Amino acid sequence: MNAQLKPREFPLPSSVKIIAGTERAQAAYPYPIQFSQADDQKFWFYNSMHFPEPMSAFDMVTAEAAYCALGAANTRVHCLPTTLGIDHRIINGRVYIGGNAVTDPEEIVRRTAEFQKRAFYYYENWESLYAQWKQKMLKLIGDAQAMPEPALPEFEPLENVHAGRGIASNHDLLVTYQKTIEGYFRMWHHHFEFLLLGYGAYLTFFGFCKKAFPEITDQTIARMVAGMEAEIFRPDDELRRLARCAVELDVDTHFREGTSVDDIMRSLRESGESGRRWLEELQISRDPWFNINVGDGFYHYHRSWNDDLSMPFAALSGYARSVRAGEPLDRQVGRLRDERSQLIADYRELLANEEERAAYDQMIALAHRVFPYVEGHKFYCEHWYTNLFFNKIRSFGALLSAHGFFADAEDVFHLTHYELEAAIIDLMNSWSSGSEPRGATYWPPIVVERKAAIIEWARHETPPALGPIPDVIDDPAIVMLWGITRESLDNWLSAGEGTDSNEVRGFAASSGVVEGIARIVKSVEELSRLQQGDILVCHVTNPPWPPIFQKIRAAVSDIGGSMSHAAIVAREYGLPAVVGTGNATSKIKDGQRIRVDCGRGIVTLLH
Amino acid sequence: MPATQYISWFHDIGLVDRPKVGGKGGSLGELHSAGIDVPPGFVVRTEAFEWFIDALERRSPVRACVDGLAADELDGMAAVSRELRARIEDSPLPADLQQEIHDAYARLGGSGPPPAVAVRSSATTEDSADASFAGLQDTYLWVTQPDSLIGKIRSCWASLYSLESLSYRRRHGIAESTVAMAVVVQIMVDARTAGVMFTRSPVSGDRSVISIEGAWGLGSALVSGEVTPDHWVVAKITGEISARDISDKVIRHARSPAGGVEELAVEESMRREPCLSDEELQSLRAIGRQVERHYGRPQDIEWAIDRHTQRILLLQSRPETVWSNKDNQTAAARAADPLLHVMNVFGGRR
Repeated sequence: MNAQLKPREFPLPSSVKIIAGTERAQAAYPYPIQFSQADDQKFWFYNSMHFPEPMSAFDMVTAEAAYCALGAANTRVHCLPTTLGIDHRIINGRVYIGGNAVTDPEEIVRRTAEFQKRAFYYYENWESLYAQWKQKMLKLIGDAQAMPEPALPEFEPLENVHAGRGIASNHDLLVTYQKTIEGYFRMWHHHFEFLLLGYGAYLTFFGFCKKAFPEITDQTIARMVAGMEAEIFRPDDELRRLARCAVELDVDTHFREGTSVDDIMRSLRESGESGRRWLEELQISRDPWFNINVGDGFYHYHRSWNDDLSMPFAALSGYARSVRAGEPLDRQVGRLRDERSQLIADYRELLANEEERAAYDQMIALAHRVFPYVEGHKFYCEHWYTNLFFNKIRSFGALLSAHGFFADAEDVFHLTHYELEAAIIDLMNSWSSGSEPRGATYWPPIVVERKAAIIEWARHETPPALGPIPDVIDDPAIVMLWGITRESLDNWLSAGEGTDSNEVRGFAASSGVVEGIARIVKSVEELSRLQQGDILVCHVTNPPWPPIFQKIRAAVSDIGGSMSHAAIVAREYGLPAVVGTGNATSKIKDGQRIRVDCGRGIVTLLH
Repeated sequence: MPATQYISWFHDIGLVDRPKVGGKGGSLGELHSAGIDVPPGFVVRTEAFEWFIDALERRSPVRACVDGLAADELDGMAAVSRELRARIEDSPLPADLQQEIHDAYARLGGSGPPPAVAVRSSATTEDSADASFAGLQDTYLWVTQPDSLIGKIRSCWASLYSLESLSYRRRHGIAESTVAMAVVVQIMVDARTAGVMFTRSPVSGDRSVISIEGAWGLGSALVSGEVTPDHWVVAKITGEISARDISDKVIRHARSPAGGVEELAVEESMRREPCLSDEELQSLRAIGRQVERHYGRPQDIEWAIDRHTQRILLLQSRPETVWSNKDNQTAAARAADPLLHVMNVFGGRR
């Protein structure tokens, strides 16, 4: 047999070695998510879209809670006919996932009947259920905000004693911690209550358009569906509002680049009435709209604008300059909405006959109905709530650190959430007994070891997929959320072949052809390296990045489909972008000159 | 410009006049009245052809010679073709017909010198289902003299009796009494760039894109396949340019000082330059949409950009035929319950 015809394969999970020296850090992850021999029978892929960096022990809770909720929705709540949930495993800090397809035709029929009773009810009552969903989310957020800061007084407050409360403050630590974890798991259930149904309705319309108009671009379909007023655009809208306000009050000169946030705030406070008034406006915007993370919210170090004002402030100076220059600063929502209506009408006219037009009307009506959720949920879930969650854990970190468990409050994120509960109970017991907590000597060396492991894991590439390749990827969840198809697997397998090519291809997220210097940004911290006019090359672009869009000429990402949030946002702001290239961050060199042809989704390496 | 028995101006005619002005003439008139720029011109109507042929018939039979031919009798057909073409080319036009054509030609030139015109046959069977038949008819470019114009009109008429045309008609049993030829006379476009445009994808049949091909100079170089054109795919609605293939355009067709058309080498610096700007692509898209809307179906369009005015002019538009014959697939039909559509995504493979 010709060697070239031999099917290429991904390594088996059992053949992936734990990187030397990180064995104990790997062992920290709980048993159900460690690979086992049986896992060699199954196909897995690296979820680099959601977890592009090695996971610290605590952050793994995001995978655990999210897959728990996604699987419940698919398997038990909506009963998707052809798929159950998603299994996840973690090795070398990398999250691998694998779907469970339903293939038995009789079982599919049985589940289809259930699905139609459940999912169709959701589609029919979408608006009221979504309104109810927002109330649930706001309640959950309110509950999280109302939880007390973890603290241990030397003596129980006298009023508690006189009130006959009957429980001491150390018990409150456990209650708050368990509620915090419970709230995070609950939030993810809410997150998936609509998500797959929303994406499915959108993809139904998408599939129809591709059939009726074989050469239509993904971005055109997305433009027909995208809303303009989703919450995810609001933080940036607020920044623009604050920039206009700063110019009107004549305080925009305080936002000089290179000035620290503290210095800006001080000079505003000292600048009299106008500075005070602007700070009041800032306060209005901050709650809740600055509860937006600089990442996608899946890692504890994706801090929010509220936690670090340097990112919104850096954007403010640019926006204020535009206001001074008399450039229109508002997203012209009315115009965008008119353009969308025109686009829908124009494509409708091109359809072959009235039957097709009727189907088109039905499908786009459903896509429009579901889309506010698809675009809007992220602000409530991945940003606002996640931000409160990680900050609450950070408070526990500070308390534990004050009692000698850690050198730094942030070290708390190197414990799993199970270990953290044990550490909290340790602290509760030591407060009770009057002895030193055991954790003060137990955890510090472990934290050192785990920090070193994260650094080590980040230095190694991990295979994009593991295990036997399925003949077809027919799992609507996997196709919808990760854009993974049989073709994309074949591309992964052939990556590295034909490396003489100086092209990188992806999905066109928005239009335009630009040339510039590539700046590879591998983590949120590196965003500050961007120079005016650079082309951002990153693993995943995230919704809260629009403020940097004014600095960059184009964006290129490894991961993401034409419906990813990066693509939606780039289109909204008219930023040329190519997403889902697979390997742009490894193929393009930092500082290299590149041409980004967004119409065709091609990035050319110039020299 | 008054119409006469034998001459019609573009602004007076439309598709409904095809039996008397032929497919090309009807299309140009239709485009003109739809507000599309076409080079000005007139049609020598089929009545002129019939009058001329009738004059020939009086001397000896014409149509009867053809009707008597068997489809497979190629030698005899060739002889008839030679004889009829020679008779048409050599016979003078009735004097008042010739005068009418000269008058119209003079009007076309206005107060200036006799204009350069294209003389294009416009058969009445053209635009029928078989577009290839239309291609059998002749076109003469850069005609600049009244006498030469008359000669070229006769050549167009004669082309109806070419061996290919005769054999086509005999094979398809088309009666000679139904066959007539009009001739289009229109101002020649001194084209900087010319080409064709399909208002749907020739590759996938997609009605949402426009495929544009163009090359330097006159369109004849592209139509005859002597140059590989630049090629673009433009989204009909959004204007997004999804394909952009710029080719090495080695030659171009241009006006020959000796009359007619000559082939010239394209200057080195221009060969790999796109022959259309993005603005021009967008203008072509708008024109394509307008024409398609006017006719209510996808079109196959010939266009040229005037070297001096940079204006885009249409030379021809006819219904696209390849994909329209396959248009019986429906992407999806109305569902009794709109929600059933989502089973396409959630229901698994069919």
